[in-house]
Amino acid sequence: MGAGPADTLHLPGGSPVHRLPPQCKIAAVCCFVMLVVATPREAFPAFAAYALLLACVAAAGRVPPRHLLKRMLIEVPFVAFAVLLPFVAEGPRTEVLGLSVEGLWGAWNILAKGTLGVAASVLLASTTQLRSLLRGLERLRLPPLLVQIASFMLRYADVLAGELHRMRLARLSRGFDARGPRHWGVLAKTAGALFIRCYERGERVHLAMLSRGGTGTMPRSDEEAATRAEWATAACLPLLALLVCLGGWTL
Amino acid sequence: MHVPDGFIDAPVSLAAGAVAAAAVAVSLRGARRELGNGPQQAPGADRTAPLAGLVAAFLFAVQMLNFPVAAGTSGHLLGGALAAVLVGPYTGVLCVTVVLLLQAFLFADGGLTALGVNILTMAVVTVVVSYAVFRLLQRVLPRGRASVTGGAFAAALVSVPAAAVAFTGIYALGGTADVPLGKVFAAMTGVHVLIGLGEAAITAATVGAVLAVRPDLVHAAQGLNTPLELRTSPAPDAAPAPRRPVRRLWAAGLLLALVLGGGVSFYASAEPDGLEKVAADNGIDEQEKAHATEGSPLADYAVSGIAGARLSGGLAGVVGVGATLAAGTGAFLAVRRSRAAGRAADERS
Repeated sequence: MGAGPADTLHLPGGSPVHRLPPQCKIAAVCCFVMLVVATPREAFPAFAAYALLLACVAAAGRVPPRHLLKRMLIEVPFVAFAVLLPFVAEGPRTEVLGLSVEGLWGAWNILAKGTLGVAASVLLASTTQLRSLLRGLERLRLPPLLVQIASFMLRYADVLAGELHRMRLARLSRGFDARGPRHWGVLAKTAGALFIRCYERGERVHLAMLSRGGTGTMPRSDEEAATRAEWATAACLPLLALLVCLGGWTL
Repeated sequence: MHVPDGFIDAPVSLAAGAVAAAAVAVSLRGARRELGNGPQQAPGADRTAPLAGLVAAFLFAVQMLNFPVAAGTSGHLLGGALAAVLVGPYTGVLCVTVVLLLQAFLFADGGLTALGVNILTMAVVTVVVSYAVFRLLQRVLPRGRASVTGGAFAAALVSVPAAAVAFTGIYALGGTADVPLGKVFAAMTGVHVLIGLGEAAITAATVGAVLAVRPDLVHAAQGLNTPLELRTSPAPDAAPAPRRPVRRLWAAGLLLALVLGGGVSFYASAEPDGLEKVAADNGIDEQEKAHATEGSPLADYAVSGIAGARLSGGLAGVVGVGATLAAGTGAFLAVRRSRAAGRAADERS
């Protein structure tokens, strides 16, 4: 598979976390996030324990904190929303600033769980190659057609981004400067031209596949299934999280 | 727009995931049919992956195209309605789903547990609602390219607030923050009606651009293409288009306006209209001044000095129709004359 838009997301490496089979990692991360979401929001120590678990995974995968924090910036719009919550929610108000108590709890809930979820997915994407991520999803019984569509999308996303970039350069070199809704017509024509190029490229790709003996199904890669030991290693994260979650409910 | 983890509680997230999975399963079957009837009438299974993959990549790329709104702010296309109109509903659902899936796994945009919620609102509801609106309009509107673009406009306009309403519904079932539902609903739909307007304008323009070059690629306009035919004899001269009977249309319109103004207007409601009612309820009209023409012979839609209510109202209606007609015709004639003068000036120079 080519570089793809997400090539910069993956940190190459040979740590134990990198070497785990992708399906184990995906399952572990999904279970972990599910447990985080199911934890009651009053259990502060539980969230600290989750963060500690993720920090351990990051350390084991040799993901530098800088990289992790930079990638977590995607969360910023929701932080803004969470900051607004204490002002709009109902219920009794605090004595300082007159914030809604219920809103403060809601904001804390979204911030804590959202941040942990984003950190977990960033760790997964940083330690897993795109190609193996898709293979892992297929091994987890995602429909093969959906996985194929996703792999075609990833393969051509940067080609299309390149076409879009060239169209932008062409517009700029002709003195076009989009400043407001008056210029939407030109940009929409760009989108239309991009669609036609995409669709025609899809038809060419299909014919090229046919001419090379394609049958419509991708040859399955013969990678051996994950061993029991690998599953056990990957299960450490959700199992520890389960303990924390149970602890959070009994507090 | 992407919902993060912790926004919706665990049981509702799981339920939304199950519904989304069912919708995707249905779309997987339907997409083979949609993409299959290509020029070579292939069964379609092998065409689905490359074509849908490229369309998904298109949606991903087109979200990078920034549309400037005003002074530094800009927005981008969401693409659900565009996908529904260009490639059909099943393929549209699949492509948006794949985009959301990869955004969640690669960019951590949208939580993993909220994936079901995100797919349900942004892929399924957006595409299905926009396609339903589009099909409904195509039944009503005359066939043609203009109605395909118009239908795309309406479909995109409705689809974005529809997704917001769907999200509010899911939030009502499993929201974790205790914000009153009315506030969520008002904020979500209010913002998204505005976003929908931009989405509609861009979607319609994009569909129009594709229609102008490759109308055969637009799934929703497939019925419009007339098959090409081979002619061996010279084409017959096209008959001139029949002139529209302008005078008859004009007379019928005048008659209708007179009947409505003179007769039917008597049955019109004497209750205050919406603006007057709101003004009265809120005390805005306390400062309202009497209209400058209060004393005119036609004030409050009746002719002063005539006793019968029916006769008086009717007469006022007829006079009003006549005055509107005279003013409108006068303006129209003035515009025509100035245009003709402008054209003559152009020809001289």
